[in-house]
Amino acid sequence: MSHQAINILDDRSGQVLRNGQDPTAKIACDKPSAAGSVSQRACVFCGARVVLYPIADALHVVHGPIGCAAYTWDIRGAQSSGPQLHRNSFSTDLQEKDVIFGGEKKLTAALRELIAACRPKAAFVYSTCITGIIGDDVGAVCKTLAEETGIPVIPVESPGFSGTKKDGYRAACDALYQLVGTGSTEGISKHSINLLGEFNIAGETYMMKDYFKRLGIEVVSCITGDGRVDELRRCHGAKLNLVQCSGSMLHLAKRLETDYQIPFRRISFFGIEDTAAALYDAAGVFGDPEIEQRARNLVSLELARIQPELRRYRKILKGKKAAIYVGGAFKAFSLVRALRTLGMKTALVGSQTGNPQDYQQLKELCDPGTVIVDDSNPLELAKFCLEQDVDLFIGGVKERPIAYKLGIGFCDHNHERKEALAGFEGMVNFAKEVHASVMSPVWKFVPRRAKRLSTKKKEAA
Amino acid sequence: MLDVTTATVSDRKALRINPAKTCQPIGAMYAALGIHSCMPHSHGSQGCCSYHRSHLTRHFKEPVAATTSSFTEGTSVFGGMANLQQALVNIFSIYDPEVVAVHTTCLSEVIGDDIPTIIKKSREEGKIPDGKIVIHANTPSFVGSNVTGFSNMCTGIVSYLAEKSGLSNGSINIFPGWLDPSDMRELKRLADALTVPFTLCPDTSDVLDLPQTGVYEMYPKGGTPVASIKGMGDAIATLALGEFTAYPSAQKLLDMHAVPFEKLDAPIGLTNTDNYIDALRRLGDVEVPAWIDAERGRLLDVISDIGQYFHQVPVAIFGDPDMVVGLTRFAIELGLYPKYIFTGATGRAFETRIKELLGDKYPDTVVRHGADLFELHERIKGEPVKLIFGNTYGKYIARAEDIPLVRFGFPILDRVGHRMFPVVGYRGAMHLVEKISDALLNHRDRTCAEEWFELVQ
Repeated sequence: MSHQAINILDDRSGQVLRNGQDPTAKIACDKPSAAGSVSQRACVFCGARVVLYPIADALHVVHGPIGCAAYTWDIRGAQSSGPQLHRNSFSTDLQEKDVIFGGEKKLTAALRELIAACRPKAAFVYSTCITGIIGDDVGAVCKTLAEETGIPVIPVESPGFSGTKKDGYRAACDALYQLVGTGSTEGISKHSINLLGEFNIAGETYMMKDYFKRLGIEVVSCITGDGRVDELRRCHGAKLNLVQCSGSMLHLAKRLETDYQIPFRRISFFGIEDTAAALYDAAGVFGDPEIEQRARNLVSLELARIQPELRRYRKILKGKKAAIYVGGAFKAFSLVRALRTLGMKTALVGSQTGNPQDYQQLKELCDPGTVIVDDSNPLELAKFCLEQDVDLFIGGVKERPIAYKLGIGFCDHNHERKEALAGFEGMVNFAKEVHASVMSPVWKFVPRRAKRLSTKKKEAA
Repeated sequence: MLDVTTATVSDRKALRINPAKTCQPIGAMYAALGIHSCMPHSHGSQGCCSYHRSHLTRHFKEPVAATTSSFTEGTSVFGGMANLQQALVNIFSIYDPEVVAVHTTCLSEVIGDDIPTIIKKSREEGKIPDGKIVIHANTPSFVGSNVTGFSNMCTGIVSYLAEKSGLSNGSINIFPGWLDPSDMRELKRLADALTVPFTLCPDTSDVLDLPQTGVYEMYPKGGTPVASIKGMGDAIATLALGEFTAYPSAQKLLDMHAVPFEKLDAPIGLTNTDNYIDALRRLGDVEVPAWIDAERGRLLDVISDIGQYFHQVPVAIFGDPDMVVGLTRFAIELGLYPKYIFTGATGRAFETRIKELLGDKYPDTVVRHGADLFELHERIKGEPVKLIFGNTYGKYIARAEDIPLVRFGFPILDRVGHRMFPVVGYRGAMHLVEKISDALLNHRDRTCAEEWFELVQ
């Protein structure tokens, strides 16, 4: 079967929408994948693991069979400027006898050995499908070890089957929350923020911290990019939370708002419009005209610096079409806008985990005719890519080879991106990467494009 | 990142650090992709399926389609029957494969789903269209490793599909074990050259090494056709290339349909390839064409040209057991000194086989099964080697200790060569010789004093 022959799975027809056809149409989302679909989605454990992973001075122990630890071993390019402990893979590697007799003893021994050897600032212990089912009391083990070792040993409630990846984000936030409020907030500036949902992929956190430093705003904790346990302990002392990857961190922001009265703003650092808006938004909160002036200065300085280069790319990329399929919908908004900055159109957009409000916003943001999908699969994505004749696909690891097979350029906007794509410099990198892929000489030779070129030539003749 | 490692081997009872294996289901998924028009199905949580697909995609740089039963909290309480049945209906109606190959996960194993019963019931209730096939393998993640899963699915393929008509078809079954598509292609090229009729099963060439066509095919032209698999019961014999990933399914075929099998190691290097060619020659009663002899001769020639740089060079080899067994023999043939031979998989048979190969000439060689890369690093820190063979995960040790790494095995997540060039057969061996000599000499060129930096080598 090829993408050409596909019909949309009945169960899924509500999860596909053509923008503009019916203004009242709503996309069905927020539901588990149909059994038997080639879903691009992952599980609760995966969600928790990716959120907590960048905390570099903590120990991350996966309590389960080896696979869960193996597949999440250093797959995220979340950089640390200091310790690299988080990049190792620690697992209890549960065996049949553990499944029968329970894995608590093994977990206790593993934690004891590891904490002695690695001297981490804290330990996160992830439960998996198996620990959920065999009924290991991970919480009790963690409590014992915390008393014994004197460091926080925190259970992460993430059995894979207990929901979707989003529930994993929530489990991660709840685990993190056990650290919040345990450190001193002394000396924290009245102009201070936490960055939530920023993971320091390819060093993006460094850029943002630099912006805030230039504005005179202190970043108390970045959660969790380049993360440190001691920073998390005192993050409740910040005066504002900026929430970037809203899907993963809104829960934490809300808890901090309720318990510590810290307001939050949803922002994004992808694309120049969103980056500028994020900086203005943050600056505005403190009611200090000096900070606001610095923000304006920073934005105009950075824009002036990057505009000439962006203009060059825009000239070449204008009118090209893109498909976007990403984890969270909020990132999709930014990408649609960022592509617009480059003169490109979004012909297909979708996410694994968007909610109704997200999709409503996407509808408003996208041009008529844009196909909007929730929890899609490879055949569907391939079908719409060709139907919409896109030049670029923006997605993650599983979508890359599909795009290439079709003869379409690709940009990884997920864990495996190798270039910082956030902020102003990131916009240039993004443009560079899109340009490199869309304009690659290889596409001249691929069958689909070769056909298009010959048709054009004929038409011209 | 590896700064915790010391030069002494720590005593760890309960802990795996930086594994040299992964779990069963990914192996089952890979094996199933080697059947033509087959949809691998993961009976468990969504994450498993997603992880396996991503991991395979990172290695092959190809789209990998597989479906999942999408377990939820309710499923874990009430069992996965409803999910699997719904999944089968959906898979056949939308993706329309010939075969669905179900593998279990830790979750579905622990809740005790009885897959054969569910398949039977689904067939009775008309949920499986006529003429379509559903097979399964039990692949609990808490038993064995990725190679066990591969082997279990291969055995499942044989048990469900192989038939015996009573009439010999004069063909030879080749069970390749877990090899890359480029290797499977090479095995076929050699068998074709000998003009022996054969069935290679599973066969992932033309499934996971596709040309760029502008079309996304969920079921590309490759993969062993079901008709050929059915015919395996009528074959003269089976060649099983690897104790861990090929013998069990060959044994199954012997038990079921009395097809005898020959036990060979993965055809990596000179002798192992000789054995493969010779078995095909004997069983097929054919002559080996002169150009294969010439290919062998060219391999010998390149080894003699460059072999001086290999002599007694201490090396570490880690990976899946059948691949490591094959490579260890070749390392010995090249004059290298295999100092550490590690697999993450468990099985005493591995140590036994390696020790047979080593004989008494390598008294201080450490052979370990069920080991991890943390231990390998500890040992290398204690007594270093000059070269590491292994998958991409070896790059951390390689960097920490400044030892060149020749990428070999699964997964290779950061280079592309394995997708095009085999490691099996004489050509594969030549390719390995090039990789080894490049690695050693590049390292030497980069690190030696200027007066030792030589133009001609």
